[in-house]
Amino acid sequence: MIEARLALARRDFTLDVDLHLPARGVTALFGPSGCGKTTVLRALAGLERAVGRVALGAEIWQDDAVRRFTPTHRRGIGYVIQEAALFPHLSVQGNLAYGERRIAAGERRVALDQVVALLGIGHLLKRRPGTLSGGERQRVAIARALATSPRLLLMDEPLAALDAARKAEVLPYLDRLHEELGIPIVYVSHAVDEIARLADHLVLMDAGRVLADGPLADMLARLDLPLAHGDEAGVVLAGVVGERDVRWQLARLDVDGGSCGFWARDPGLPLGRRVRLRVLARDVSLAHTQPVGTSIGNQLHGTVEAIADDDHPALALVRVRVGAAPIVARLSKRSAHALALAVGQPVWAQVKTVALME
Amino acid sequence: MLNPSDWSAIRITAQLAAVTTVLLLLVGTPLAWWLAHTRHRLKPVWSALIAMPLVLPPTVLGFYLLLLMGPQGPVGQLTQALGIGRLPFTFAGLVVASVFYSLPFVVQPLQQAFEAIPARTLEAAATLRASPWDRFFTVAVPLARPGFVTASVLGFAHTVGEFGVVLMIGGNIPDKTRVLSVAIYDHVEATEFADAHRLAAGMVVFALAVLVMLYVVNRPAPERQARSA
Repeated sequence: MIEARLALARRDFTLDVDLHLPARGVTALFGPSGCGKTTVLRALAGLERAVGRVALGAEIWQDDAVRRFTPTHRRGIGYVIQEAALFPHLSVQGNLAYGERRIAAGERRVALDQVVALLGIGHLLKRRPGTLSGGERQRVAIARALATSPRLLLMDEPLAALDAARKAEVLPYLDRLHEELGIPIVYVSHAVDEIARLADHLVLMDAGRVLADGPLADMLARLDLPLAHGDEAGVVLAGVVGERDVRWQLARLDVDGGSCGFWARDPGLPLGRRVRLRVLARDVSLAHTQPVGTSIGNQLHGTVEAIADDDHPALALVRVRVGAAPIVARLSKRSAHALALAVGQPVWAQVKTVALME
Repeated sequence: MLNPSDWSAIRITAQLAAVTTVLLLLVGTPLAWWLAHTRHRLKPVWSALIAMPLVLPPTVLGFYLLLLMGPQGPVGQLTQALGIGRLPFTFAGLVVASVFYSLPFVVQPLQQAFEAIPARTLEAAATLRASPWDRFFTVAVPLARPGFVTASVLGFAHTVGEFGVVLMIGGNIPDKTRVLSVAIYDHVEATEFADAHRLAAGMVVFALAVLVMLYVVNRPAPERQARSA
């Protein structure tokens, strides 16, 4: 468990949060810029001094009640920021070794070779940071942080300075990090797509306060949060590859033990492989009866669970439960009225596209 | 070419500049670090005090240092009470005066170099388990290297060139406190223009060599990298 009870009052900004985050998987701190997510992360690192208490498991890093404050260099964290902040006077190798040789041999749980391989930077070791591309710099910064065998990895918009191509280059490494090392990560971002792909747990912040927090899938299925109102609103579902249609290059991705299956472009993954799916609200439409003569291949029978207004007065958000899986649809209020949608009513959901996140 | 008393002046000048530069780096580095990072409201006052020798006539500085270190001055009383004796008209007195006189030439380049290091780079070192001292020596000092080179060269060269302060504090005692600039002055006073020339021309060459070296060593990094690559 990661605890952070923090308060800070500045002239134009007040922070007041009380967080209890799981000490495993990826926890995303999400919110608009200026909401305090970076301040929370810096306070976890000991780089910012807010009033309160910070603890990782039994280890208390800050407790102002007993005047306790562990300085950053004794916190056992890894910290990666948008600008990478590599040491320009050292080679990539020197940067990696900087933190690695400052930890006791007994604390070394991540081997340097393993980190270098994981982030694919073996060919860069002799280079100077100034000669690296943005994506390479960020991968080196992540490797440098991991080389200290941190017990908590803090990442502050590590992909924000990268263009789409560089982002696509680094993201798979973050997936692997998540899967292979088992180091809990707190990840600050304002990009929904990164969060949908990486996070397990989501903390939604605004104006220095926590609006809501919980497991990612639950949070994305809630209609009362700002997350449901953006163009990129949609649910994330955990599934497995259940069947492959070799002729049409499609694969069926089963969610919730097969009660709900989606056909998507075959990602080339083996049967039984766990995947994460993202279904955007704008790609879901609803019908009373099972549609016939449609090009849309995914038709799922479920029950209307909740209806809410979207930002624009013409639009509504509808959550349909298919088996145990929630799906959110965005439709016009006129359509909702025409279908006479009501909570508890059975409907057919048509899903146009399913994005495979990993 | 040079007579023994000129050689002695050169030796004393070199010794004075060397000792002063070392002391200035020891005193100036923490001072520059503090100025680069403090948000103290008196920071402008401290900056101004350190910059004073840049604008004050050296004789004014020398005069007050003489009073301070003299037998009636507080510093003079202290040094006598400690059994060090009086500082004016000694080499040690010259060193003390030179430290004050050349202080801004060391502190300012160091301060600028420290201020140019992004806070996030030092924070990154902290998250990589480096203690404050460790961060200072393994990150701040290497990144401020051009600042240290500039500070050392300017501190040394400026001390070599001082005249007014030396005259006020050190007098003109051959083999003890007579430095190069004073020796040149003496030669000119005595219309020994050839002797004055030899020393003066030597100083011109020295100054030029020092500055060329400074510009070579502190070339911008990309140029250096292109060479070594």
